[in-house]
Amino acid sequence: MSSLVIENGRVMDPARGVDEKRDLWILDGRVARAPTRPPPDLPRLDARGRVVCPGLIDMHVHLREPGRSDKETIGSGTRAAARGGFTSVVCMPNTSPPADQAGTVEFIKARAREHGTVRVFPTGAITVGLKGEQMAEIGALKRAGVVAVTDDGHCVQNNEVMRRAVEYAKMFGLPVLDHCQDYALSAEGVAHEGYWSMALGLRGWPSIAEEVIVARNCLLAEKADWKIHMQHLSAAGSVRLLREARTRGVKVSGEVCPHHLALTDESLKGYDTAFKMNPPLRSEADVEALLEGIADGTIEILASDHAPHCCYEKEVEFDFAPFGIVGLETELGVFLTKLVHKKVLSLSKMIAMLTVNPARLLGLELGTLAEGATGDVTVFDPDLEWTVDREEFLSHGRNTPFHGWQLKGRATATIVGGKIAWQG
Amino acid sequence: MSWARRHLLSIEELSPEEIVTVLDTAASFKEVATRTIKKVPALRGKTVASLFMEPSTRTRVSFELAAKRLSADTLSITAQASSLTKGESLKDTAKNIEALNADFVVLRHSAAGAARFLAERLEAGIVNAGDGAHEHPTQALLDTFTIREKLGRIEGLDVLILGDILFSRVARSNIWALTKLGARVTLCGPATLAPLEFAKLGVRVTHDVEAALRQADVVNLLRIQHERQRKTYFPSTGEYNAIFGLTAERFRLTKPEVLIMHPGPINRGVEIASEVADGPRSVILEQVSNGLAVRMAVLFLLNGARGADRAPGASSP
Repeated sequence: MSSLVIENGRVMDPARGVDEKRDLWILDGRVARAPTRPPPDLPRLDARGRVVCPGLIDMHVHLREPGRSDKETIGSGTRAAARGGFTSVVCMPNTSPPADQAGTVEFIKARAREHGTVRVFPTGAITVGLKGEQMAEIGALKRAGVVAVTDDGHCVQNNEVMRRAVEYAKMFGLPVLDHCQDYALSAEGVAHEGYWSMALGLRGWPSIAEEVIVARNCLLAEKADWKIHMQHLSAAGSVRLLREARTRGVKVSGEVCPHHLALTDESLKGYDTAFKMNPPLRSEADVEALLEGIADGTIEILASDHAPHCCYEKEVEFDFAPFGIVGLETELGVFLTKLVHKKVLSLSKMIAMLTVNPARLLGLELGTLAEGATGDVTVFDPDLEWTVDREEFLSHGRNTPFHGWQLKGRATATIVGGKIAWQG
Repeated sequence: MSWARRHLLSIEELSPEEIVTVLDTAASFKEVATRTIKKVPALRGKTVASLFMEPSTRTRVSFELAAKRLSADTLSITAQASSLTKGESLKDTAKNIEALNADFVVLRHSAAGAARFLAERLEAGIVNAGDGAHEHPTQALLDTFTIREKLGRIEGLDVLILGDILFSRVARSNIWALTKLGARVTLCGPATLAPLEFAKLGVRVTHDVEAALRQADVVNLLRIQHERQRKTYFPSTGEYNAIFGLTAERFRLTKPEVLIMHPGPINRGVEIASEVADGPRSVILEQVSNGLAVRMAVLFLLNGARGADRAPGASSP
């Protein structure tokens, strides 16, 4: 078990309202009070001028293993997470085979134990083969250790199947995470339906295709009195629907990704596939609505939807490129730049959205620096200016829309269970 | 005459002067077609490869003949008869064509942005012969050429584009070309296929076909299909014809000097009545002849710009 003293940092623990300059002690892997007689030769980390917060959690990551280790592996993906300041990642079940059976979940956990640089929390599928038809063996998935169920990358279209899955998952205390997309409405869409899809001749993926499913999920969550978490929200109407349901106490939550805050569909004008993701980049008005939803607490979780692809897969016609971009190594910088430095919300609230909030949703005993808590810590410099260079990524993926961007704020050390997993 | 472009990817990126340059150049090439020897040596020793990833007859044949009339060597690859059906990527196919020292690649492709994709990756000059629903620049150039030749001007004319606007690259290229040259453009079609979003391009969108026909100096009809992709957009070609078709009856609403245009292939009895398509105001076949002159002009101008890039004498053996 590892011990470490993180000295002279600004310790921020939003879960307990802590924000003070002091040393943080981790003894035997757990946060501890400063001992009266400190053990000798304790490793020390200078955090002067840095923020010291609970280890960041990214609850939306694709590690691609098993099945597509050319795109990413649990090893490379967790190294990228550590470099980005994340001590925990929640991985999506759309692997090959998909994580719709206990055996696949056990495989992921075994690989993570062997090759993982940070903690890996698998999710299980809602339906067999992510096909949206037959409920997966959610009880067995729970026993194998999943923290949630989701058909991410796919969306259960059949409302009856979704309704029963939510009721069933509730029995195991598993939240349901949903990628909100009505396939009939989004059809073969590749770009937000609006001015740019019209001008560029790209098929539209309209906001309503997301909003219809958000509305459905609000109704189902209310009916079942259980948690449905809406992944990577992109549209203004989704925020409005979520706000209304949350005001009435419905157990729905929402998540936003860096690209949907930092970019709009105007970025598509060069047909660069580094800007192709699902849901697509939307309009200025949508970005404003997302920022409002973050500011007023309607949206309480930030995540990357880290989706690595091989370069050759992305270097094709826009229509034919796979959806998705990498995010682990840029998201903290983008969130700090776009949310904190632009004064959309406080540093403390942003940290909460990446720590205690996802931990509470998923029932993880993480996300705080209370005495006795797991010694997962992120140290970051909120003012460090740096330039994104995709060639430096530890992820196998190079598919980022932020290459060459100037960002302000970056992790300088990532500590998992008292052990330094990455230091820059 | 000013022309510095090495590729023709869209009308959107052209200035009005550049469009006029193509039209003026095309006018002189049209004269060549009236000679007994219809060939000029402008592209002798150059290779024009046409890469058609989507079925096309008139555009492909028109480009090939244009290249031949300019004395270029031509090669033609279609999706059905190439490695593309074996899973080769567009980039690899194009690189292979380039390895044969093609100077120009004429690309027809189902994906918007495909021509630009090649232009960013190949040394060869790229001519967009239609990329998805994005643009079909030479079609718009030959359409404006035809209008200018017939009516003597573009500026101030009322041009109606009638049909499936949403999925049409011809509509988009025509909107750019006509608005840049000062025409008033009206789009008409079912609300699902002529969405109001298009008004942001500086055109009028209406669903009142009869009012639009009365006002138009030019009616450019677009092909209507009711296949898989468009099944939910309108009920049937029969209903389309009843509500939006240019029937003989509706044709009587048009101005006496109106021009009836269509990029082809036409669907008789759907978007246009046979007697209108074959009638005295129809210039549909002249569009085809003009297409040849316009494509010769485009290849000629692009070749000139490429020559200017290179060291003097580089083109001599």
